[in-house]
Amino acid sequence: MTASSVTKGADERIVESGLLRRLLTRPELGSAGGAILVWIFFAIVAPVGFLSLRGTASYLEVSAQLGILAVAVALLMIGGEFDLSVGSMIGFAGVTVAILSSQLGVPMYLAAIIALALALAVGFVNGYMVVRTKLPSFIITLASLFIIRGVTIGVTRLITGRTQIGSLQRVPGYEILRLIFAQDIAIAGVDFSVAILWWFVMAAIATWVLLRTQIGNWIFGAGGDADAARNVGVPVNRLKIGLFMTTAFAAWLVAVIQVVGVKSADTLRGEQQEFIAIIAVVIGGTLLTGGYGSAIGAVLGALIFGMVKQGIVYAGVDADWFQVFLGAMLIIAVLVNNFIRQRAEAAKR
Amino acid sequence: MKRSSRVYMIVMGAFITLALIIVACAAPPAPVSSNEPAAAPAASAGEEMRPYHFIVVSHGQASDPFWSVVKNGVDAAAKDMRVNVDYQAPGTFDMVAMAQLIDAAVASQPDGLVVSIPDADALGDSIRAAVKAGIPVISMNSGSDVAKELGIMNHVGQTEYEAGYGGGERMAAAGVTKALCVNQEVGNVALDLRCQGFTDAMAKSGATVEILAVDLADPTDSQQRIVAALAANPDIDGILTLGPTGAAPALAALTEEGLLGKIKLATFDLSPEVLEAVRDGNMLFAIDQQQYLQGYLPIVMLTLYNENLNTIANDVIMTGPGFVTAENAARVIDLSAAGTR
Repeated sequence: MTASSVTKGADERIVESGLLRRLLTRPELGSAGGAILVWIFFAIVAPVGFLSLRGTASYLEVSAQLGILAVAVALLMIGGEFDLSVGSMIGFAGVTVAILSSQLGVPMYLAAIIALALALAVGFVNGYMVVRTKLPSFIITLASLFIIRGVTIGVTRLITGRTQIGSLQRVPGYEILRLIFAQDIAIAGVDFSVAILWWFVMAAIATWVLLRTQIGNWIFGAGGDADAARNVGVPVNRLKIGLFMTTAFAAWLVAVIQVVGVKSADTLRGEQQEFIAIIAVVIGGTLLTGGYGSAIGAVLGALIFGMVKQGIVYAGVDADWFQVFLGAMLIIAVLVNNFIRQRAEAAKR
Repeated sequence: MKRSSRVYMIVMGAFITLALIIVACAAPPAPVSSNEPAAAPAASAGEEMRPYHFIVVSHGQASDPFWSVVKNGVDAAAKDMRVNVDYQAPGTFDMVAMAQLIDAAVASQPDGLVVSIPDADALGDSIRAAVKAGIPVISMNSGSDVAKELGIMNHVGQTEYEAGYGGGERMAAAGVTKALCVNQEVGNVALDLRCQGFTDAMAKSGATVEILAVDLADPTDSQQRIVAALAANPDIDGILTLGPTGAAPALAALTEEGLLGKIKLATFDLSPEVLEAVRDGNMLFAIDQQQYLQGYLPIVMLTLYNENLNTIANDVIMTGPGFVTAENAARVIDLSAAGTR
């Protein structure tokens, strides 16, 4: 901006906003504050476990697996849609990898690629159904939640007679996948899961797409007002299908990380993860109605979730209470986010 | 502006309340001075807490009736031993989440860890890390076959083959010569082992066993299959079901055929209707794995290990088979209502 255009300044549409106000209007501000508060809280209550490197590695791993999912779900929710089938998709993709490799003798890396193709196909169907039927994605993906979980259990029991497939470390092609998805990175003698890296990579790509590319603008536009976006030439349908495929991809990634990491697959894996991912995204400041939000917020939401989930073990609280905290945190986060946004918007005027 | 400041106060109030709840739940026991001689556990009969902190990580939610009894055992032992124990379980049957809970437990450096092991592949690494970190680990309920190789001190639970064997001995002693083993979940290795033990014990007395597969999700169909099996083999004089989901249809089938009390019926595991049938003499016995002990004993063992370096030489401490018969059924019904059976 040149000096002359600033000094002219007669245009009332251009208002200088201070750094503070610009920070306050960022969607992730509330969750950043929340993450710091939660960290301080557990650092005081349970310093032994929480502040140790091992404890840090533990909650980062939990956060990472959820975070990978939450980042993709954030993109979809900013785009104005829900995907309730991601939890079932984790079970489905994991079992697909395990059955193909341990029962049918497909090398495990190939099994993972086939599972990815299947997951993307299901994501495509989800998206296609939503844009075609114009039904709420909540309904469409609620249906796929049950269908995918049911098919997973049915097929697995048909082929193996059980619901758990174990000892995958003996399957050919396991080692390559382990290097990519389940390697531990030792820092000062403590193993950090490589999933944490995947989480950051997903978050970086999503943030870049949202803030620096045309597709990012389209996502905000489609979520804000799909018709208006369509009128200015945004390919809303293709965009939404792509977003559903993105969440399917994230579910597949989490599934492979889990299957390779724990060397077994289970038809029930990922149960309820769809809700927890939505909670993380909402804590991160994304609006349920779409059109507003951030991927960094989802990262922070997942971080808060991981810290609380593992933190209450360090703090010695019975796990019975965890769900109470989860629900309470969700409400508090939304109230704080609303409050901050109201203040920021009021201050603008 | 006025409205938003009220919202602000509500939010902060909620946050502070939440924080207080966590602090209250997490309040650590008052640390006991450590120069007290450790050799007098019985003498210090006062209310002061021992300075030990144990963590239980199981795959069963405390809301499950079976696991709620385990948790009651844990709580009672914590009270009796005056130690601090946390019970953790994943919200769903999710071995990844359970492994992460074990990791977190290890990071908080407890004086002892109790785990159940329904999937050794998924949990093995986390348990080995706990052992490597020098934490005494005891397994309970499931995992008797893998406990030793993971470096676990003892396993507290019921071994399925031995439980089936015990059931077979009792049934043979009652004079049964040809029995049906009703399996409601074919492919579940634990259930196959129960039938196997039962068959072997019966064979010892010259009795024979046939295995009948039924569907646990379809009680009507199960009942009809049992009726059909009885019609095809009129010389069957005993039935063992492998759980309450098999016992209920078997009871119904015997009632329908008027064979109640004539054919000797027994089952694994307890449920209200099973207990009533045993009390009324319609069932011979119920095999009980006494899961209260699976919660209680590990806490006692860990306390003794920490305080007195006591260990138990048996790899597996068997809490089952315990038998509920007509003699003790009425009492067990009362205890079951109290949440300890």
